[in-house]
Amino acid sequence: MRKSFDPTDALAGIVFIAFGLFFGLSSLLRLDIGTAFRMGPGYAPLVLASVLLLLGVLILLSALRTAPEPVTALAWRGMLFLLPAPILFGLTVRGLGFVPAIFLATLLAAFASPRMRPWQAVVLALAVTVFSTLVFSYALGLPFRRFGPWLPV
Amino acid sequence: MDLLSNLGLGFATAASPENLLFCLIGVILGTLIGVLPGIGATATIAMLLPITFELEPVSSLIMLAGIYYGAQYGGSTTAILINMPGESSSAVTAIDGYQMARRGKAGTALAVAALGSFFAGTVATVLVALFAPPLTAIALEFGAAEYFSLMVLGLVSAVALAHGSFLKALAMVVLGLLLGLVGTDIYTGDPRFTLGRPELADGLSFVGLAVGVFGIAEILRNLEGGEADRTVLGQSLGGLWPSREDLKRMVAPMLRGTILGSALGILPGGGAVLASFGSYTIEKRLSKTPEEFGRGAVAGVAGPESANNAGAQTSFIPLLTLGIPANPVMALMVGAMIIQGIVPGPNVATEQPDLFWGIITSMWIGNLMLIVLNLPLIGIWVKLLKVPYHLLFPIIIAFSSIGVYSVKGNVFDLFTVAFFGLLGYAFLKLRCEPAPLLLGFVLGPLLEENLRRAMILGRGDPSVFLTRPISASLLVLTVMVIAVMLLPRVRRKREEVFVEGD
Repeated sequence: MRKSFDPTDALAGIVFIAFGLFFGLSSLLRLDIGTAFRMGPGYAPLVLASVLLLLGVLILLSALRTAPEPVTALAWRGMLFLLPAPILFGLTVRGLGFVPAIFLATLLAAFASPRMRPWQAVVLALAVTVFSTLVFSYALGLPFRRFGPWLPV
Repeated sequence: MDLLSNLGLGFATAASPENLLFCLIGVILGTLIGVLPGIGATATIAMLLPITFELEPVSSLIMLAGIYYGAQYGGSTTAILINMPGESSSAVTAIDGYQMARRGKAGTALAVAALGSFFAGTVATVLVALFAPPLTAIALEFGAAEYFSLMVLGLVSAVALAHGSFLKALAMVVLGLLLGLVGTDIYTGDPRFTLGRPELADGLSFVGLAVGVFGIAEILRNLEGGEADRTVLGQSLGGLWPSREDLKRMVAPMLRGTILGSALGILPGGGAVLASFGSYTIEKRLSKTPEEFGRGAVAGVAGPESANNAGAQTSFIPLLTLGIPANPVMALMVGAMIIQGIVPGPNVATEQPDLFWGIITSMWIGNLMLIVLNLPLIGIWVKLLKVPYHLLFPIIIAFSSIGVYSVKGNVFDLFTVAFFGLLGYAFLKLRCEPAPLLLGFVLGPLLEENLRRAMILGRGDPSVFLTRPISASLLVLTVMVIAVMLLPRVRRKREEVFVEGD
């Protein structure tokens, strides 16, 4: 631990331990474990969670004996704009309707790259909206409301 | 002969006008997206999966298979033209293919890759047709214990052939298995790990998970560094047709690559990656002019390309006969089959022979389409290569959102995408490969069901897995794989292979 310790692997171990604890404890507390003969809903998850916990501990331990590897930068801007895009689409597709929802989601996602200029983003979002409305709504006939009840159309 | 009548049935199915059309659409879409930067075959299929749900099961699987080898072919095109392999299996192609392109022989390199792939695809299709029925017959004898052991072996060896740390990949499989168990327990109807959300009663959205982990997470990784402009080599591609001498030099590597690829493709895990790398090593060793390798050797393109295409094709064998996916793309196919109401496994061949043989023959038709279409279309693909990434990824996000939503019209599935996008990206940063997670997710429910059934049949005695000979030998193999992987010498060697393979 003094001279060589890989924080990435250590964190990976901790994440696996956390998942193992979550699944293991929920199985123990909320689910019927049953017996090996007649397994309850909690049996297999408990076994798997214990294995995951064990693997997490092993990964954490081996991280303490490994030299660290350089960590690359995180895509903060990407996460900030990209991850909310499908959520925004989900929150607006019923209320605003398919057409405005896909426009807004694409526009939001577009700003994830610093290379995107605002006018490019608007043009791109418009193009995607027109194309997907034609393809998905008209051609494939997916049952989306093009404009939803939130709009006074 | 049985084989001929089966193939006849397959051709009758695959060559119906609409299936031909969907095969064509799949191949074109696959190549298109494979050529576009930053999206691999797995992400492509995950993204386009929902589009196929409206189709008939046969058509939809034929289209998905088309997307798969189309994307692989597109990946080799980028490897040759811009030294950027679309996916790991074409990484080796980039070595000599790109050098050929730099010497003004880009057209020849592309043609060699296409011809090699087509030849390998043809041979592998025949192999699938030959080996699938006997394997199916064996698989029909399998009970719950054998299935359980087979899945354990499959998962463990998939991990063994994956990139990076063995322990971490194993942990990803187990996590995937657990995530696959989220939802209502089929025996008791108890909700499991649903966090009180009724939307999770049917389990986590398979498409949402796949799109998040393979699509969104990949985009985030690509957005990390400043996206560099890509320069495409050579204003002219040079002559397309290989000279007589080039043709002569590609025959033997093509044959060897096909044999190696077909064998390795059946193995779970990164069979195609291993095959292309292995083929490159063999060709270099056998060549009379090894110094040419790395400087544009025809054999260095023909061998690995044949190997990886043969491997891609034969990886359908475990899927079609046992219902067990050998790699993440096959896991997506399993997901597609389940959503279409088909239970993957040995019963498919007997109960739906038209589907079974239709898929097999459509692979050959798809490969033929690839070669006929793509050689003349290379000019268009080259133009597409120049599309800047920042104009592409918002489109991917938009289509993924629509696709995931269209599966069930469920808003919650879109939250799943965002969640698994974040989780997938976190795992990438923690140097954990996402492929084993998806394999585990697909197999989780199957594994549990067979475990439960086997234990009921064995009256709660776990020795049932060891007293049945097939099950016992599968488990012994599993232990051997784990033991071999933990040997320090093998571990070092494996790391070397994958480092060079990258």
